[in-house]
Amino acid sequence: MAKFDQNDSGVVVIIGSGAGGGTLGNELAQKGVKVVLLEAGARIENQDFVNDEWDSFTQLAWSDMRTTSGSWQVSKDFPNLPAWIVKAVGGSTTHWAGASLRFDVHEFKTKSTYGSVPGANLLDWPITLAEMEPWYAKAENKMGVTRTNGIPGLPGNNNYRVLEAGAKKLGYKAVHTGNMAINSEPRDGRGSCLQIGFCFQGCKSGAKWSTLYTEIPKGEATGKLEVRPSSQVLQIQHDDNGRVTGVLYADKDGKQQVQKARVVAVAGNSIESPRLLLNSASPKFPDGLANSSGMVGKNYMRHTTGSVYAMFPKPVNMYRGTTMAGIIRDESRLNPARGFVGGYEMETLSLGLPFLAAFLDPGAWGKDFTSALDLYENTAGMWIVGEDMPQEKNGVTLHKTEKDQFGLPIPNVHFDDHPNDIAMRSHAYKSGTAVYDAVGAVRVVETPPYPSTHNLGTNRMSENARDGVVNKHGQTHDIKNLFVSDGSQFTTGGAENPTLTIVTLAIRQADYIADQMAKKEI
Amino acid sequence: MREVDRRSKHTRRVFLKGAATTVPAVAVATSTGLAIADAWADDATTLTPATLKTLVKVARDIYPHDMLTDSYYITAVKPWDAKAAKDPAVKAMINDGVARLDQDARDRHKMAYADLPWETDRVALLQRIEQTDFFSKVRGDLIVSLYNQKEVWPKFGYEGSSAEHGGYITRGFADIDWLPKV
Repeated sequence: MAKFDQNDSGVVVIIGSGAGGGTLGNELAQKGVKVVLLEAGARIENQDFVNDEWDSFTQLAWSDMRTTSGSWQVSKDFPNLPAWIVKAVGGSTTHWAGASLRFDVHEFKTKSTYGSVPGANLLDWPITLAEMEPWYAKAENKMGVTRTNGIPGLPGNNNYRVLEAGAKKLGYKAVHTGNMAINSEPRDGRGSCLQIGFCFQGCKSGAKWSTLYTEIPKGEATGKLEVRPSSQVLQIQHDDNGRVTGVLYADKDGKQQVQKARVVAVAGNSIESPRLLLNSASPKFPDGLANSSGMVGKNYMRHTTGSVYAMFPKPVNMYRGTTMAGIIRDESRLNPARGFVGGYEMETLSLGLPFLAAFLDPGAWGKDFTSALDLYENTAGMWIVGEDMPQEKNGVTLHKTEKDQFGLPIPNVHFDDHPNDIAMRSHAYKSGTAVYDAVGAVRVVETPPYPSTHNLGTNRMSENARDGVVNKHGQTHDIKNLFVSDGSQFTTGGAENPTLTIVTLAIRQADYIADQMAKKEI
Repeated sequence: MREVDRRSKHTRRVFLKGAATTVPAVAVATSTGLAIADAWADDATTLTPATLKTLVKVARDIYPHDMLTDSYYITAVKPWDAKAAKDPAVKAMINDGVARLDQDARDRHKMAYADLPWETDRVALLQRIEQTDFFSKVRGDLIVSLYNQKEVWPKFGYEGSSAEHGGYITRGFADIDWLPKV
């Protein structure tokens, strides 16, 4: 395995090992580019994952102090947990559910398609679906997405069967077990899904794609990728010409180290990535790196989410089997007649008893609440994932007084729902309820959003440098050898779970970086 | 296919493990027919048996499940004794919170909180203190300390960890049999 010198200024330093960083690292290594991958979290292999919600949360979640503000309900229910994401090698690809959907054509062109939406900072992506399609195909092949590349769909579990029966009664057409990056048959050296459940707790069998046991070991096998776990980057450094030169990080013992770099790619998810750019402010860049537009940390999106849980007279056992292998896509189409722009997906989701108790109706108590939990085994559940409106005021800022263990300001995450988000959520709750009522639900609960798993937009991609942070390759407008490689690049969020698009952008970006390096542009 | 056994299990091992387990006093008390409140609360070091007994009632009133015996609520609230022993502020919070509840109960009903026979009356008292630190800390702790007990899960039909059993691929992941045909 590779081991690069800290003074080797020829390496590409990637910060974060999730869908963006882990993929980029492997793709570059395959092209012979030297990569140092710095991951803030520990390396926990999949056999050490635990089928226990709270223990797993303790093992994997990013639980460093964060604060929240704004009118979103997460700020009230979980004031110090704006996001449920991961601090470990593999990043949130350990926790993700596997849903792998392409953006629709109009979702790359929301400003042109939706027109003016008051209060929304809509912008067209500088790329189109047509440009993305070949890269999406590569990502689907890499991840082994079901219903692509001749890979069969996963079998439907109990929770899916309830969703499907209700959906079909209502006349929904696009109903299936999803496009999942979970093996329905052995592929790429990994076995097929054992219907364990606990997809959110890390897939112990390895059937679900995660950079932890796909991209990262493949990259390491080239001898060009060095992964340094438990290494949190504190600052990106630059020279007088405004080119980045390396990063300052705290190693596993808390000792500060500098790794020189030819290129730096930031992939720490949409809270830490802008935080790092802001915390890297210098006399030359007083507002933070790559922030001439003022857009670093702005336009935070988290998808319009919510859940519907329904209780039936007879057992469902929703927790058995693949958590999210079930989808109704009909409501994701564009149809402003519903009273909002954008669309939403309905996807199966289950929680175990400990997390359902914590998330079903946070803060609730008394018989009304517990009588719903009493019906746990008769419960079916779905998650709503819809496109939310980018708003400049929503975002990540540095806390004015609170510091982390390294003395750096912690992030505050501000979010207000846009009226469009509220209208969409309300519509989605009604649709979800109708699905379950159609098959005889005796009780339906509208569950508010969980801490964000889809964190997007805080280093948005734009055609013009004044509108955003990065160009169509994720390269910052201001600094040629500084890139952003995670979901914070998203100009707008689409209705789809974002991982496939993050991976697609990373594959595409690797080509660009390697090309630019070969041409000595960077 | 159902493999959940809803019966409580107090095995011989629980008795033998003694203080190392989380529920030995509970197990002993329930199996010997001793009044639970007398047996389990006596080995508390910092909070009085009466305070712990009230906390158990409060726990049940916050998350009432008629199918759960007191033993699960006892397991859920008992750690407050150790926390109170470590931190005088916690001790004061618990003692003051319980005292306030008892005072409210006496003012309204001429008896202590735990002696009030009707849940509705007790819940009305809890609603008055819903905004207090005492209530929010006790409730916030309980959502984990009650529902994260593995012994509680089978009561709700939740089977817990499955990887060691090979998942549900051959154990009923798609065994639902009552849905209308589509």
